Amino acid sequence: MNIHELSMLELATKLADKSLTSVEATQACLERISETEPKLNAFIYVDAQGALEAAAASDKRRSRGEALGPLDGLPMALKDNIFVAGLKTTCASRMLQNFVAPMDAAVVQQLRQAGMVLLGKLNMDEMAMGSSSTSGVFGAVHNPYALERSAGGSSGGSAAAVGARVLWAALGSDSGGSIRQPASFCNVVGLKPSFGRISRRGVVAYASSMDQVGPMARKVKDIAALLTLLAQPDEEDVLCNPRPGGDYTQGLEQGMGGMRVGLWRESLEGADKEVAACIGEAAKACERLGAQVEELSLPLSRMAPLAYALISAAEASSNLARFDGIRYGHAGTQAPNLHALYFNSRGEGFGKTVKKKLTLGTFVLSSGHYEAFFVKAAKLRTLLCEEIKQAFKKVDLLLSPVASTPAFPLEFNPTPAQSAALDTHTVLANLVGLPALSLPYGFSAQGLPIGIQLMGKAFEEAALLRCAHALEEDKPSFQRAPLL
Amino acid sequence: MNYQPTIGLEVHAQLLSKSKLFCAASTRFGEEPNANVHPLCMAMPGTLPKLNAAVVDMAIRTGLALQCTINLESRWDRKHYFYPDLPSGFQVTQNELPICEHGTLSVSTTEGERPIRIRRIHMEEDAGKLMHDPQSAESLVDLNRAGIPLLEIVSAPDIHTAEEAAAYLRSLRDILVYIGVSDGNLEEGSFRSDANVSIAPKGSTTLGTRVEIKNINSFRFVQKAIEYEIARQVSVLENGGKLVQETRLWDAEKGETRSMRSKENAQDYRYFPEPNLPPLRIEASQVEALKKTLPELPKEKYRRYIESLGLPAYDAAVLTAERELAEYFEGCLTHYADAKKLSNWVMGELLRMSKEEEIAFSALRFSKEQFARLLQAVDAGKISLNAAKEVFAHMFRTGEEPERIIEAKGLAQVSDVGAIEAAIAAVLEAHASETEKYRAGKKQVFGFLVGQVMKAMKGKGNPALVNQLLRNRLDN
Repeated sequence: MNIHELSMLELATKLADKSLTSVEATQACLERISETEPKLNAFIYVDAQGALEAAAASDKRRSRGEALGPLDGLPMALKDNIFVAGLKTTCASRMLQNFVAPMDAAVVQQLRQAGMVLLGKLNMDEMAMGSSSTSGVFGAVHNPYALERSAGGSSGGSAAAVGARVLWAALGSDSGGSIRQPASFCNVVGLKPSFGRISRRGVVAYASSMDQVGPMARKVKDIAALLTLLAQPDEEDVLCNPRPGGDYTQGLEQGMGGMRVGLWRESLEGADKEVAACIGEAAKACERLGAQVEELSLPLSRMAPLAYALISAAEASSNLARFDGIRYGHAGTQAPNLHALYFNSRGEGFGKTVKKKLTLGTFVLSSGHYEAFFVKAAKLRTLLCEEIKQAFKKVDLLLSPVASTPAFPLEFNPTPAQSAALDTHTVLANLVGLPALSLPYGFSAQGLPIGIQLMGKAFEEAALLRCAHALEEDKPSFQRAPLL
Repeated sequence: MNYQPTIGLEVHAQLLSKSKLFCAASTRFGEEPNANVHPLCMAMPGTLPKLNAAVVDMAIRTGLALQCTINLESRWDRKHYFYPDLPSGFQVTQNELPICEHGTLSVSTTEGERPIRIRRIHMEEDAGKLMHDPQSAESLVDLNRAGIPLLEIVSAPDIHTAEEAAAYLRSLRDILVYIGVSDGNLEEGSFRSDANVSIAPKGSTTLGTRVEIKNINSFRFVQKAIEYEIARQVSVLENGGKLVQETRLWDAEKGETRSMRSKENAQDYRYFPEPNLPPLRIEASQVEALKKTLPELPKEKYRRYIESLGLPAYDAAVLTAERELAEYFEGCLTHYADAKKLSNWVMGELLRMSKEEEIAFSALRFSKEQFARLLQAVDAGKISLNAAKEVFAHMFRTGEEPERIIEAKGLAQVSDVGAIEAAIAAVLEAHASETEKYRAGKKQVFGFLVGQVMKAMKGKGNPALVNQLLRNRLDN
């Protein structure tokens, strides 16, 4: 048995029947990290000692019959914008390179309560802004299926580590596609839950109205188990659903018979042939599995990336104003006065992508431009919500590519237009707050993973996961291992 | 030329809530710097705001007291600027849609009473405080105040004199204190005011260039600052100059306003909806329930004291100035019906002594019934007014029953006709020549004779009775 080939729940079964211990699993992870990290650069920090101690504690609980749940002892790691008390949370930014989290994020509390072992923090695009995981201060993440290519972003470290069989599961965050696109690039299942399904407490904010944490793993079942853990109310996040999501692993096998699947027509415009072929294949599979498939047009969706660009930049410019070098974070060098302190702290602390985003955000909120840009984007968002609402009267699920292409080369330096095109299909779910999942669904001729996106109704993750599971069972593409 | 000044006032009142607007940190005044902080009000990343519901109730009650429309849906916005007193780089406020709008506050000045419109009332967070240490050339940041809930109350430009502006602020402060939403403490900065002042030729239908005056933190300064600013604007125009739209700072020491920043340098606050807070929705039933918790407001009380209790305007004004005093007065009134006599005592002895001894009305050692019994003893002629004051002072310090004090001090008045007549007889006999003088028409002697009778009775004779009996005796 190769422990790394197991899925998360398969490993959980081995831990439960004591054929494997948490310490063994954690050791295996640490060994695999030392093999792969020189090539992947997926981790920002590995807490080997903390993880081994937590694993030993878990084994002790199990031996006493006091396991905290089915996931007790499972090693996992988190994108480095999620707080673990006492560990640095850097957001891959020079600004926060020495910032120690003052508390656990809500999701970390939930993982700890389930006994999970926290192995470390994963690499990403700086401040979660980007689609390539190349902008961070710790360097680019490499794709485990093609090292010279991007792992996607911004949760590139999470996707690469799971895709490379280093981890069984990881947490990412998704404000415009940051879980789904890297999942698609690295042959991983990634879920962006409905806005408000998982607490945002203790996660460094980027675009507050769209930020969601979500699980990444190799199988839909693993995602369902993790979501069951994470979809809890949190009084401290007033936008978090006050009702728990329930057990998403229940009813997963019920198939997609009778489901109405809408093939989102505009999402195929400009898609690679191989990507389009995957979608066609998925549509056929849906029909084979008893669903009705119809093509559906969402004309306004073409403008979604514009609305996303303006709203996310505006919110980011506001959320990141707190990084002034005064109370924490990078303090500007040679600052003889307050203005210089602001200027140097932010000038030195932030990289180019972040600065561009903040400049744009400041611009669209400034007087004289607010009405022309921000207000229009907000109106467009309202119209998009309406369009999607109408669409979901006709269908239960929307099918589309995650990205128009498989992973692009690391040196790819997109123009602003190309850059916006990278999230064309993913931002819609964030703008309207719907759950969306990236499911591995094939490989390009070059051996690059291709994912499909399934978008569901708000807070109906159960149906979304059920359909994804049926498609996955029908075509288990995740089994193709990386070359690494 | 004759100019008409136009003034609008913006008041920031700190609300009496125990915790901050969006986090659990305490609002207590006078703590060590940065003792009352929480990750949110320090703007740590990863923190999220959670609205303090008590503050919403206070805002609604204020709106109701100022006859506002209560918006059942209002919104939160972020207002941005970079300054170390604002750790997150934005203040959460209600810009687009405030919780209360379209109110009025009736203001009395020497010119009479006039309604001033209230444009809007909204909730927002206060900023922290910077302390500039002259020794070290460093500035220190204290975030105890950061995130404390404020109400911003904005008047329409309906005010035309500095006196009226000061009266508006006094009235507003009284109401906030009365309904218990703010302590109205100007020294501690819980009631701060900015004024927008412009002048235009009398009869003009357009307003002049608006100047905002900041940093006016006493009622006296408001009046002075506005008077100064009106005079300054008149003088600029009279000398052929042009006014610029600007913000000016009131310098209390020099007694002048000086330019802080012009419109060109005005901040661009980049308002936009706060994405972490849903719109604030209020049930109409909640507004109705809060309406029932509102006390009678100072103006209404004042009117009632004059109209129903028959008190002079002066008394009504003094008694209603503070809610505690008015409530004490009304409590006593249930035991003692003569409002004017009671008012004299409350405004006189009670206020004087409670001020001297620094005792709050709620902490008085004697009950309202005891107080009433003392007054009744005077009415019944049991003790003289002077003796009653002595009894009151003792009762104030000890809380002893007035009857016991009268007895122990031997202050009971002699109202026994026989005893008084006997004393009169003795005095008239001893002062036969004065008696003759009186009867011969020298009426001034009467006072001397009264004094002698009182002296003979060791001061305990009922003065009214002594007067009456002596006059009977002399005139017959």
